[in-house]
Amino acid sequence: MSLLSLRGVRKVYGENVVLDGFDLDVDAGECVVLIGASGSGKSTLLRCVNLLETVDDGVVELAGVDITDPRVDADKVRSGIGIVFQSYNLFPHLSVLDNITLAPIRVHGVRRDVARGRALEMLERVGLADKATAKPDELSGGQQQRAAIARAMVNSPQLMLLDEVTSALDPELVGEVLDLLRELKSEGMTMLLCTHEMAFARDVADRVCFLHQGRPLEVGPPAQVLDAPHEPRTQEFLRRIRT
Amino acid sequence: MSTWTPSELQRERIAYRRARARRSTLIAVVSSVVLIALVAVGIGSTPGWPRVRATFFDFHRGWEALPIVAQGLWLNIRVMLICAVLIVIFGMTLAIMRTLRGPIFFPLRVFAAAYTDVFRGLPLLLVIFLLGFGVPALQLRGLPNQAVIWGGAALVLTYSSYVAEVFRAGIESVHPSQRAAARSLGLTYRQTLRFVVLPQAVRRVLPPLLNDFVSLQKDSGLIAVLGVIDAIRAAQLETAEDFNFTPYVVAGLLFVALTIPLTRLTDYVARRQGWYGGGGGPV
Ligand SMILES: Nc1ncnc2c1ncn2[C@@H]1O[C@H](COP(=O)(O)OP(=O)(O)OP(=O)(O)O)[C@@H](O)[C@H]1O
Ligand SMILES: [Mg+2]
Repeated sequence: MSLLSLRGVRKVYGENVVLDGFDLDVDAGECVVLIGASGSGKSTLLRCVNLLETVDDGVVELAGVDITDPRVDADKVRSGIGIVFQSYNLFPHLSVLDNITLAPIRVHGVRRDVARGRALEMLERVGLADKATAKPDELSGGQQQRAAIARAMVNSPQLMLLDEVTSALDPELVGEVLDLLRELKSEGMTMLLCTHEMAFARDVADRVCFLHQGRPLEVGPPAQVLDAPHEPRTQEFLRRIRT
Repeated sequence: MSTWTPSELQRERIAYRRARARRSTLIAVVSSVVLIALVAVGIGSTPGWPRVRATFFDFHRGWEALPIVAQGLWLNIRVMLICAVLIVIFGMTLAIMRTLRGPIFFPLRVFAAAYTDVFRGLPLLLVIFLLGFGVPALQLRGLPNQAVIWGGAALVLTYSSYVAEVFRAGIESVHPSQRAAARSLGLTYRQTLRFVVLPQAVRRVLPPLLNDFVSLQKDSGLIAVLGVIDAIRAAQLETAEDFNFTPYVVAGLLFVALTIPLTRLTDYVARRQGWYGGGGGPV
C-alpha cells in the first residue's frame, strides 16, 4: 500500500485553478520528484499534503488515513511530516540549534538535553556542527538550507517534502545536499520533492512526475520521463529547460 | 595575528579622513557658539527680558523649589513604571485579541477594535477628568477613590490603545511563511504565536514602543489636574506662593532629564535594528 495517496486533489486561488483533479501515489521508501514550469503548482501541492493549504476537493491519504478530513488533528499530522521550504523559513530570532529543538521540545515533549543532543547529531550530519549557536542570518544560503533540512528531519518524520532544496546552492553544495538525500533514502525515508534541476531529479528520483495544467501529465521512472517522454508537452518543457 | 600593516595609500586616506573630521568639529563648534550668542543677545535685548528672567529663571527660587518638585517627580516615576507594566500587558492582550481568527472570537475582535478606536481618539486629559472626577462621584463602594489611582488608570486605558496598535503592526509584519514553517513543524496556533510570531514582532516594534513610553513619562504629569501632588502640581503650589514661575521651569527640566536616558536607549535600539537610513541591519 502506498504511504501517500492523492485522489482528485483540487486547489483554486480565486480564478486560478492550480491543481485540477490531481492523482498521485507515493510508496513507502520511494522518492518522487515533481517537475514542471514555474507556477505549475509544485509548491502548492506540497503545501496541500502538509495541510498548510486546505484542498478544495479530493482526498489526501497518509498511511491510509484521510488527512483532508476536517476532523483530523492537523497539528498532529503536520508534526509527522517534514517540509523544507523553497525559502528555508528558518526562525530569524532563534539560533540554529533552537530552530531545530523547538518542535521536539514543544510539540513532542522531548526533554531539553535529549533534544539538544539529537539536534547536534543532526547538525553534524548536515555539516553544520560549528554553527549551532549562529543565527540564521549569519549563515550562507546553502548553510541555511541544510539547517532547514536538519530541522525538518529531527522529528523523524515518516514523509519528507522538499521544495527546490538545491536552487540556491552552488554545484559543490548541491552535491552535499544530494548526498544527504541519498543517505536519507537509503534509510528508507519517503520523499516527495520538486526541483528545476533535471540532473538532480535523475539522480534521486525513483519516479518523476511532470505537472501540467494542474494534473500529473506524465509519471514514470526518470529514464522514461526525462529521456524519452511520450507527451509532447513534456518534450517541450524539457527542451526549453535545456536551452 | 596577521602581519598586515596599512599601505602608504591607506595611511594617507586615514590621515585625510581625520583632518576632515577635525574640520567638521571645528565648524560645528563655531556655528553653535555664534547661534547661541545671537539668540542670547536677541532675547536679552528685548524690553521684557528682565521681568521674564526674574519670573521664570530665578536661580535661588529654583534651588529652593527643587527638593519639593523632585519629591513630586518621584511620584511620576512610580506611576510611570507601574502604568508601563500594565500597559504592556493590556496592550498585548488587545493586539492578540485583534489577530485571533475564528467565529468564537468575533466579539473579542470587535471589542478590541472598538476599544482602540475610541481610546486613540479621546484626548488623554478628557479621560483623566472623566475617570478622576467621574468615577469617585459615583460613590460606589469598594472602589478606591484616590485620585492617583484613577489618573493612572486613565493613562493605562489610553496608552494601551496606542501600544496595542504598535504590537499589532509588529505581529502583522511577521511574514506568513514564518507561521507556515512553525505550523509545518506541528506547533499549534498558540505555540506559533508565542514562540515564533511574538518574539519577532516585539523585537521589531521595540523602537516605536519605547517612543510611546517616552511620551508616557511626560504625560504622567497630566494627572496633576486631579490634585495629585506630582512634580507639576508641586511646582504649581510653589508658584502660588509668590507668582514666580521658576518651579515650573525646574519641573520641566527634571522631566527632560528623566526622558533623555529613555530617548537615547530608543535611538540606540533603533540604530542597532537598522531603523535609520541605509543598511538593513539584523532584525
Ligand atoms: N497564497 C496564494 N494565493 C494566491 N495564489 C497563489 C498562492 N500561492 C500560489 N499561488 C498561485 O498558484 C500557482 C502555483 O504556485 P506554486 O508556488 O505552487 O508554483 P510552483 O510550481 O512551485 O512554481 P515555482 O517553480 O516558481 O516555485 C501560481 O500561479 C501562483 O501564483
Ligand atoms: Mg515553488
